[in-house]
Amino acid sequence: MSADSILILGVNHKTAPVAVREQLAFSSDPERPFRSLKEIPGCAEFCFLSTCNRVEVIFTSPHQTETIQAIKKFLFATSNVKEEEIDNFIYLHRGTEAITHLYRVAASLDSMVVGEPQILGQLKDAYRNSSERECTGVILNRLLHKAFSVAKRIRTETNIGGSAVSISYAAVELAKKIFGNLEDKKVLLVGAGEMAELAAEHLINQGISEVIVANRTLERAVNLAKRFNGKAVGLNELHAQMELVDILVSSTGASGLILHQEEVKPIMKLRKNRPLFLIDIAVPRDLDPKLNDLDNVYLYDVDDLSQVVEVNKAEREQEAMRAERIVTEETLKFLHWIEEMQLTPTITALRQKADSIVKAELARTLSHCNLGAKEIKSIEKMAVAITSKLLHDPIHFIKQGHSHEDKQQKLDFARKIFGLDLESEKEE
Amino acid sequence: MLFTLSFVAYLLATTTYVVFFITQKKKIRSAARCLLFGAGILHTVTILGRYIAAGHTPLTTHHDTVSFFAWSMTWAFLSFRWRYQVKNLGTFVSLVISALMAIAALSSQDIAVLPPALQSVWLPIHASIAILADGFLAMGFCSGLMYLLQERELKKKRFGVFYSRLPSLEALDTLIHHCLTVGFPLLTLGIITGSFWAKQAWGSYWHWDPKETWSLITWFIYAAMLHQRFIAGWRGKRAAVLAIIGFVAVLFTLWGVTFLLPGVHSYVR
Repeated sequence: MSADSILILGVNHKTAPVAVREQLAFSSDPERPFRSLKEIPGCAEFCFLSTCNRVEVIFTSPHQTETIQAIKKFLFATSNVKEEEIDNFIYLHRGTEAITHLYRVAASLDSMVVGEPQILGQLKDAYRNSSERECTGVILNRLLHKAFSVAKRIRTETNIGGSAVSISYAAVELAKKIFGNLEDKKVLLVGAGEMAELAAEHLINQGISEVIVANRTLERAVNLAKRFNGKAVGLNELHAQMELVDILVSSTGASGLILHQEEVKPIMKLRKNRPLFLIDIAVPRDLDPKLNDLDNVYLYDVDDLSQVVEVNKAEREQEAMRAERIVTEETLKFLHWIEEMQLTPTITALRQKADSIVKAELARTLSHCNLGAKEIKSIEKMAVAITSKLLHDPIHFIKQGHSHEDKQQKLDFARKIFGLDLESEKEE
Repeated sequence: MLFTLSFVAYLLATTTYVVFFITQKKKIRSAARCLLFGAGILHTVTILGRYIAAGHTPLTTHHDTVSFFAWSMTWAFLSFRWRYQVKNLGTFVSLVISALMAIAALSSQDIAVLPPALQSVWLPIHASIAILADGFLAMGFCSGLMYLLQERELKKKRFGVFYSRLPSLEALDTLIHHCLTVGFPLLTLGIITGSFWAKQAWGSYWHWDPKETWSLITWFIYAAMLHQRFIAGWRGKRAAVLAIIGFVAVLFTLWGVTFLLPGVHSYVR
């Protein structure tokens, strides 16, 4: 096993526009990614991550070219992107790069809004889903767990999340530039997802006066509305509500547009042209991009929101640099572990550990015994014989792996049982 | 001499405001405010001095008129200043004030002898009200301009110098509206007092003299704007564009008419 067999293939907000990303949404059948990826030959372990800004497959593979091709095909199966164009939108990281990338994703350094806290939870969910379906193995289990602890370390040691930035934070900044004071403004949440909830929380912190939730299923709308002391309405009341609210946050899972320019134009007249701020955080998009052409209507989708955050990026750059140093450091540690996770180094480590114990114990015992050189020699021989006989079976056991996966598991097991990685863990 | 001093003070205030606009340091803003306030006081003294020297309200020459225009804009801004916290309005306003002062500085500063027809109590009333109105409308122009700059960055989603420095759209829209609600009644009053004076001086209320015609056109632009705002909810971008168009009409009434279409309102030279 070498580090180079760890790969990450995916698209994110930097490599592909919303228009492409929304075609890769996997919300219709949550089991499909696991089914399809399991069938791909050479895809030994994998973890599938899909958020509104990225779709990534983290996997290990011994023979790579065909596996990579197959995963590409799987990712773009539902899109209208031509096969030869796929490479324009994806990134492929291998080995060290892949580990660094994953750490950066987990620590929210690769996020659209650097430091936003959602991604770690999303990655944890993705890992749980993959491990529950037995898609991950020794390598990814360790890698993902490390990624989580790296993210945690970065969060406590740097101030990367300090300014509480997230997409919703960016949206609040914009709302303030449009409305000034948010205290007498109303917000309508269309779709009752997590993102909508987060946005509402930020807006309420800024003193927004009323929250209205519109959702396809009224029950979820009622639940969310209760949290904010707001009211719930059905999706069919959308147009009527739009006459009254100032901010609309849309995050439905609808596959097409739910609001068109022609529908909003008459509403603006009824509103007496009071400004309307539309925030589209859904992928695929909910709101007609042409809405932005209407006077006094300001439409922002996820990509647009990122630019707002760019404005005060400089302040966080220094914190990000410190975070990057932690990532580099942790990547090296993982590489070290991977190097050790092979047969010969494991056996060597095992023997070294036994030797050092023997030496220490002998020194302790012999220091207060009055023995001749001959006796000392035989006691030393005996101690070595005991340990090597004791180690014979475990070493035989780890040497006897049938499949690659089997060997990995045995190595992992042995390393854990003899505590071979404990030293390096203690340093952390 | 006093005029030159206040001109220099305005220039200093403007420069400080521009520096503040670039650096956004609060200390610099306080300095700029103090400078502008000082310049305003100095300017008031200047105008009083002209009043004493001329023996009548100094609003008959081009120099005096434009200088008074700058003065009314300064005080329109300073009186607003305490009530509305509109970020960086000072930079825009002080630039316009300095431009007006520069124009005033370039025209002849001789004190005019007043022809008998113009010697009336209506002179200070009509001229000062009309120019005060212009001061407020000029501020409306500044906020209209700021609105368009801010709205452009918000619509295009390209955030440059103005996004962080300009206030919210709603604040600017409110400011445009307030400038109009003060400026428009003053403009109306200016036209009415003007017609009283015309009756006294020339025997009839209205002459269709170019200046009268153009102030009426200006009046209609602003009236239409206020009407549409209340009836059809014209606000935001349209209101901002109209505030700019209205101010262009104001400027034309002030200069275009004087230099292109001479009539009874020509300045005393």
